[in-house]
Amino acid sequence: MTINHIEIMKLAELARIQLNDETIKETTKSITDVLCLIDQLGAEKTNDIQPMAHPTDAFQRLRADEVTESDQRQTFQDLAPLAENGLYLVPKVID
Amino acid sequence: MSSQDIHEKTIAEIIFALNAKEFSSVEITQHFLDRIKKLNGIYNCFITVCEESALKQAKIADQKRMAGEFSDFCGVPIAHKDIFCTKGLRTTCGSKMLDNFIPPYDATVVEKFSFEGAVVLGKTNMDEFAMGSSNETSYFGAVKNPWDIRTVPGGSSGGSAAAIAAQITPGATGTDTGGSIRQPAALCGISGLKPTYGRVSRWGMIAFASSLDQAGPMAKTAEDCALMLKIMAGYDSKDSTSANLISPDYTEKISSSINGLKIGVPKEYFQDGLNFETEKSVLDALSQLEKQGAILVPINLPHSHLAVPAYYVIAPAEASSNLSRFDGVRYGHRCENPKDLNDMYTRSRAEGFGDEVKRRILVGTYCLSAGYYDAYYRKAQQARRLIKQDFVSAFNEVDVIIGPTCPNPAFEFGAKKDDPVDMYLEDIFTIATNLAGLPGMSIPCGLVDKKPVGIQIIGNYFREALILNVAHQYQTITDWHQNYPKDEKIESTSKMRLE
Amino acid sequence: MEWETVIGLEVHVQLATKSKIFSGSSVAFGSKPNTQASALDLGMPGTLPTPNEEAFRQAIMFGLSINADIEKCSIFERKNYFYPDLPKGYQTTQLEKPIVGSGNIDIELSDGTRKTIRIHHAHLEEDAGKSLHEEFQEMTGIDLNRAGTPLIEIVSEPDLSSAEEATLFAKKLYSIVTSLGICDGEMAQGSMRFDVNISIRKPGETLGTRTETKNLNSFKFMEDAIDMEVQRQIDLIEDGKKVVQETRLFNGDTKKSKSLRSKEEANDYRYFPCPDLLPVIIEDEYIEEIRRTLPELPEAKRKRFTEQYSLSNYDANILSSDQLLSQYFEVVAKKSGDAKIAANWILGELLARLNSTGLTITLCPIKSEDLAEMICRILDNTISGKMAKEVFDGMWKGDGNPDTIISSRGLKQVSDSGVIESLVIDIIKTNPNQVDDYLRAEEPRRSKMLGYFVGQVMKASKGQANPKQVNEVLRRKLNKLINNIEL
Repeated sequence: MTINHIEIMKLAELARIQLNDETIKETTKSITDVLCLIDQLGAEKTNDIQPMAHPTDAFQRLRADEVTESDQRQTFQDLAPLAENGLYLVPKVID
Repeated sequence: MSSQDIHEKTIAEIIFALNAKEFSSVEITQHFLDRIKKLNGIYNCFITVCEESALKQAKIADQKRMAGEFSDFCGVPIAHKDIFCTKGLRTTCGSKMLDNFIPPYDATVVEKFSFEGAVVLGKTNMDEFAMGSSNETSYFGAVKNPWDIRTVPGGSSGGSAAAIAAQITPGATGTDTGGSIRQPAALCGISGLKPTYGRVSRWGMIAFASSLDQAGPMAKTAEDCALMLKIMAGYDSKDSTSANLISPDYTEKISSSINGLKIGVPKEYFQDGLNFETEKSVLDALSQLEKQGAILVPINLPHSHLAVPAYYVIAPAEASSNLSRFDGVRYGHRCENPKDLNDMYTRSRAEGFGDEVKRRILVGTYCLSAGYYDAYYRKAQQARRLIKQDFVSAFNEVDVIIGPTCPNPAFEFGAKKDDPVDMYLEDIFTIATNLAGLPGMSIPCGLVDKKPVGIQIIGNYFREALILNVAHQYQTITDWHQNYPKDEKIESTSKMRLE
Repeated sequence: MEWETVIGLEVHVQLATKSKIFSGSSVAFGSKPNTQASALDLGMPGTLPTPNEEAFRQAIMFGLSINADIEKCSIFERKNYFYPDLPKGYQTTQLEKPIVGSGNIDIELSDGTRKTIRIHHAHLEEDAGKSLHEEFQEMTGIDLNRAGTPLIEIVSEPDLSSAEEATLFAKKLYSIVTSLGICDGEMAQGSMRFDVNISIRKPGETLGTRTETKNLNSFKFMEDAIDMEVQRQIDLIEDGKKVVQETRLFNGDTKKSKSLRSKEEANDYRYFPCPDLLPVIIEDEYIEEIRRTLPELPEAKRKRFTEQYSLSNYDANILSSDQLLSQYFEVVAKKSGDAKIAANWILGELLARLNSTGLTITLCPIKSEDLAEMICRILDNTISGKMAKEVFDGMWKGDGNPDTIISSRGLKQVSDSGVIESLVIDIIKTNPNQVDDYLRAEEPRRSKMLGYFVGQVMKASKGQANPKQVNEVLRRKLNKLINNIEL
C-alpha cells in the first residue's frame, strides 16, 4: 500500500502535527516502508478469529463510589505553560 | 574488600555486604555517583543524576539499618528509566516534549522501591517515548554501548542497560513493549526480565502502547532480577490491568534443579536472518542446559512471521492515542506565540516530538482511520490471537521456550537510520511475547566480535519464578554474566563522543 | 400537513454519583475552577482509569426501567479528537457493546393517545471540561472540573414526529431519571442536555438529510429549536435548495441557530477498544438485585395515583412525572385525607405560583404538611374555600402555618347559626324591594337573585360567613316568606 502526500497531510491534521515541506517527502517514504511491512498481515486468513484487544482474559474490577481526591490545583498548575485565575489558557477557540 | 570492587558487585552481594556492615549505603552510593561523574559523559546513560537526593536517601537508609529497621533493599542504589514518574524529579521520557516536566506523583514502581529504602542514583536515558531499539531517538542524545562505543546499546531501555554494563549502577528499572528490556540487555551483556502483562503496575509509567507495556528489572544476574522483581511485582488497584494475584518470593526456588525441564526450541527462531555466530552461542547455551538435565523439544510457532507486522499496527495505533494528551495545554512543551489553537497544537507537537515518534503516531493514526481499521487494526488483533494460541499450544508440551534474543549483536550508530523497517526487525524474536502478554527474559550467552549476545527464555503466564530459575541455573555453570567491558578511557572521549 | 418531521434525540444525562466515572474526584457542582481535577482528570502522563461501580449501577437502573437488555460484557472505546476541554485527546465512551441495549418509553399525547418511542441504546461515557470564552481577551479559559463526570447518553430511534412529541419524550425521560434518583434534574446546571436530529420529508418518501442541533438544556429551548429548524428546512427545500448535513447551535434567547462549520464534520474519531480498561462483566444476580431495589417509576406511579387517589389520568400524569412533586402531593393527600382537593390546590394555585416565580418544588415556601393542614381547615369548615386563598397567600409569604394565619388575620369562618340567622334576617329586612322581586320571580331567575342576597350577607360579614350555611339559611328564610310564615 502506498501513500501520497495528500494522505499524509490528512493524517498529520488528524494527529495535529505540523509537517513542513522538507520533512513531508521523507515522512511519506518512511511511512510507505512501514506500510509495506504491515501489509504482510493481509495475506493471512483470519476470518473467524476473534480480535484480541487485551493479552489476558481478565475482567474489569469496579471501584467503589467515593471521593478520594482533593484539590491540588496549585501543584498541577505550576506545571502549566499558561494558567490564570485557576484556568488553563489557550488561544481563543472559535466555534 | 577494596572499594574498587564495589561496582563489580551484584545487588545480592551489595545486600550481603550492607547487612555485614562492610560498607555503608552512603559509601556505596558515593562510589557509584563518582563513577557516574567519571563515565556518564562518555556513555550518556543518565538524563538526570540525583547526587544530592541520593546521598540524603543513603544517609536515611544507613540510619534505618543502624536502628535495625530495614529490609534487604534498604540503601541499595538503583536507577530508574526516565519513563517512570518520580515525584519532584524531572521525568522526560527521553523527549523534548517533557524536557522540564516535574511530576507531582511517583509511579507505583518508584514508590515500591522507595518504600524498601532503595537509593535512586538518577533517571536513565531511553529512546523517545520508548519508541526505538537503539536509544538513538532520545532528545538527550544517544547512549553508547560500553562494550564498543561506536555501537548502540539497544533500546528503548538503552540507558539502563548501558549503565549496568558500565557498572555505574548495580541495577535499573526498564520497560518492555516490543523487547525494550530484553534487546538492550542482550546487546549490553546483562540480564533483563519482562514480566507477564499485569504483573507489575503501570501506574505512573508513561504509556506508549498500553496493552503491551510492562515494567521489569535489569541487572547483572538472574538472582538480582529476582530480588528486584520481588519488589516491583504486585497488584495495584490504581491500574485496571494489574493482575490480582499474589506474587511469590522470586528468589525462593531460584536454585531448584532443572532436571527434566522441557525446553521448547522454536524452528521459526532459527531461520535466515539469524547471525551465524549468534546462533552458535545460543545453541551452546542450550547444550549447557541439557547438561543440567533439561530436555530440548523442537516446537513450532507457526504464526511468528505475523508478530512484527501486527506489532507495528497495534503499538503505533495505541501510541497515537496515548500521545494525544501531549498538546501543550496543561503541561509539557508549548510553542512560542501560537497564532491560534490549531497552530498551538500542531507546532507544539511538531517541536516536542522527534521523527520516530511522529512517524509512529502517523502510522497509528492511519491504522485506526475510517476505511483502514478493519484491514489493519482489527486484522492485527486477530493475528495477535493466533500468535497467542501458538504459545498456549506450545506450553502444553514444554515448560519454557528458548531462542536468541536478537538476530545480531550491537550495530553501529546510524546503521539503520534510513530504514525504519530494518530497525524494527531487530525485535523479531522479542515482539511476540509482548503481543501474547507472556513473560520473557534475556541473559548473556556469549560474545560475537567481542560484542555480547543473549538467549531469551520465555515462560508461561505468571511463571517468572521458573524463568529466573532456569536463568540462574545457567549462570551457575557459565560466566558470561560476569563479563563487563573495561571503563572507556577518558582521553578518547573527546574524539568519540557523538553530538 | 404537507411535510413530515422526523426527530431523534440524543440525551446526555449526568449521573448522580459522588465521584467521577474513572477517578475519585468529586462531581459536586459549582466549585472553583480546576479544584476537582485530579492528575487523571488532567490527562497527566502515566495515569490510568478505574471505573466507578455506581455509574454502572445507575446505568443498569435506567436500562431496566425502559425494558432494555443489559449488556453482560460491556467494553469501553476511545473516541479520538483534539479539543482543549478534552484533556487526554480522547473521550472514553462505549460503541460496540453499550451497557444498555434497545428499550422503549411511552408518552401520552395531548389527545390522550399513547405513543411508544423506541430507545436505540444507552451507553456510559465521560463528560468533557468547560471552555470559557468570555473571561479573557484573545484567550479561552479551560476548567476541567467537569471532565470525567459520568454520563449516560440515551439515543432514541427517529420515532418522534413533532416538537410536542419530542418535548413530551424529553420530559418523560426527565421524570424517569429523577424518579430513579440517577440524575439531580438540574437542567440549568447542565445535568441533562439534548441533541436533536431533525429531518423533513414528504409522506411516503425516504428520510431526508438530517441536521443536529446540540446542547439544548431546557424543554422550552428544545421546542423552539425544533420549530425553528423544521421551518428553516422547509424554507430551504421550498426555495429549491438542499438541506446540508451539519451540526447547529441554537441560541435560546435570539431563537436563531447557526452552523458549526468546524472540523467536526471532517473528524474521523478512530474508535478502538480502550486498552487501559478490561471488559466489564455484569452478572445476572447483580441485575436482579438492582431490579428488586428499583424505586417506583413514573408509569407505575401514574397508574397507582389514578387507582389509589381516584385522580384523573391527566392529573395523575402531571403529579407522577416529577419525583419530588409526587412526594409532596402524597404527603398533602394523606395528611389532609382528600386527594382531590390536594391535587386541585397543587396543580392549580401552587404550580402557578412556582412557575411564575421560577421556583422548583424543592424551594417551595409552603411545606406539604402546612398545605395539608390548610385543606383540613377547609374540610372542617373553619375557613371557606375563598378564605383559604388568603391563607395560602399568607403561607407563601412566610407568615406561618395555617392556624397562625387564620387567627392572626381573623379569617375564621363564621358558622355560628345564630349569627348567620341574624345577618340573614337583617339583609332581608334592609332589602325589601329585592325581597319583593324574589317573591314574585320564578325559577331560574329566583335562584339567580338568591346570589344577590348571599353576596350581601357575605359583605356584611366581611366575607367570613360560611357561604354554604348562608345560602341554606337564606333559602329557608325566604321560603318562609313565600309561604307567609314568620321569619
